[in-house]
Amino acid sequence: MRTRVPAVEGWFTLGDDGAPALLGSRCAACGTYAFPAEAQFCRNPDCVSQEFETVELSRRGRIWSYTDARYKPPPPYVAADPYVPFCLAAVELAAEKLVVMGQVTAGVTVDDLKVGDEVELVVDTLYAEGDSDYLVWKWQPISAGQEG
Amino acid sequence: MPDDKRIAVLGAGMHPWGKWGRPFVEYGLAAARDALADAGLTWRDIQFVSGADTIRNGYPGFVSGATFAQALGWTGARVSSCYAACASGAAAIGNARAQILAGLCDVALVVGADTTPKGFFAPVGGGDRKDDPDWLRFHLMGATNPTYFALYARRRMDRFGATEEDFAQVKVKNARHGLANPYARYRGEVTVEEVLSSPMVADPLRLLEICATSDGGAALVLTSMDFARRHGGGAEPAVTINAVSTVTPSFPNTVIEMPNFSTDSAVAYGGEWEAGTGFRPSITSAAYAEAGIGPEDLDLAEVYDLSAALELDWYEDIGLCGEGEAEKLLRDGVTSLGGRVPVNPSGGLSCFGEAIPAQAIAQVCECVWQLRGTAQGHQVEGARVAVTANQGLFGHGSSVVLSR
Repeated sequence: MRTRVPAVEGWFTLGDDGAPALLGSRCAACGTYAFPAEAQFCRNPDCVSQEFETVELSRRGRIWSYTDARYKPPPPYVAADPYVPFCLAAVELAAEKLVVMGQVTAGVTVDDLKVGDEVELVVDTLYAEGDSDYLVWKWQPISAGQEG
Repeated sequence: MPDDKRIAVLGAGMHPWGKWGRPFVEYGLAAARDALADAGLTWRDIQFVSGADTIRNGYPGFVSGATFAQALGWTGARVSSCYAACASGAAAIGNARAQILAGLCDVALVVGADTTPKGFFAPVGGGDRKDDPDWLRFHLMGATNPTYFALYARRRMDRFGATEEDFAQVKVKNARHGLANPYARYRGEVTVEEVLSSPMVADPLRLLEICATSDGGAALVLTSMDFARRHGGGAEPAVTINAVSTVTPSFPNTVIEMPNFSTDSAVAYGGEWEAGTGFRPSITSAAYAEAGIGPEDLDLAEVYDLSAALELDWYEDIGLCGEGEAEKLLRDGVTSLGGRVPVNPSGGLSCFGEAIPAQAIAQVCECVWQLRGTAQGHQVEGARVAVTANQGLFGHGSSVVLSR
């Protein structure tokens, strides 16, 4: 039995009882979101609040832009051997009015992506070590059949 | 322009860019000695030395000013060392200028130099750093620097119809500009076909369109206007710095920036939100306002072409044209040598590669030589006003306006 471990603590839920989501902060005073969550300060220069709630961010968004990584990124990235290229996307979340980056799920190439396409957040293996799978959030294209 | 914001540039010097693999101090020292000789001054004349830090050498991030001062020989000159990532050179120039304009010194030396590893830039230092976004973006996403440049490039293609050939043409132009530049690392013509057949690194950017990492060093001798006149027997200095912009972004910055995972949220912002209003345009507009000029006054610009596509973004960000018009400017030859506003007449990062703490200083050195009319083989004829533009990781603006 392999153990599922988030590659970073507190940035996303695993969705064990529902769907996974990114965890951001929302300023109690002005409503400004941040990802990863801010605990010390609000990014709004006109806001001095230090009260934040942790919130799940929208699970769907639209691609602001995208690319791929044809060459193996250097450490601290833990690459599979042999290396398999992957795509990355910057995704606009309408409700939070921010753009969040992430890898795109395996098997997707840049030819499958367009600016404006809708994608959905999933949790997937980033790398495996020993008996553990280290998990991270990724964006998964929504195929035509799933839309709506 | 009145004296109260201007300083004189009496000397400029550089060590050729390359992958020499020698200590960074050697490059900085060579550049400093060239700048001093160019100014007709000696190290003993320097009252303030302003270093742009390297994070890859010595005691990272802390030592450049004093390291260069020691290499030149201790004289008791006052010192400052600063780090602002790619904007470090402009920050060091800004520190020297503030000392001069405040009347605290008359003559300052600015130096930056770097020795770089091979391949992608990666976070410096070992161990897990799970509170450092620069470490985390590599670990959690494998997001190298070209990842971010490629996001901007793809967006240009989608929004404005930029083509792979447009990006390649930027590289072809800059390669031609750098042919005769003795400080450039890459000096050779390339064709569009060669660019488009080089390996894809981060779609749509190819190897020949992405800035390399280089060794190099650059230095400037900066003085008060009064000192320059005395030193020049009463003549006005040939080249002055009229503005230095080291602005931070304005909230909400809605363009994804290295090394971040997300943009600011615009929820609390009262204005119209569109994911696409970013930091870069504010950098030169602050410099223009301080210098009392506009982009229409420019004869040349040195901008940070970390990728060939990014140079097109800069055309719009520094005000050479409106949004979506950069490709036309390029195709019309406006930004080539011989055009109305040559961009990167030095050859840019395309021909240099980046030596982080030296690069913003090198941009200014190039402008100095252009304004003096001594940029042999790549001279912008009759150049009177020049601007540099650049941005450093985490939100460091960098722009310098010079004139003759």
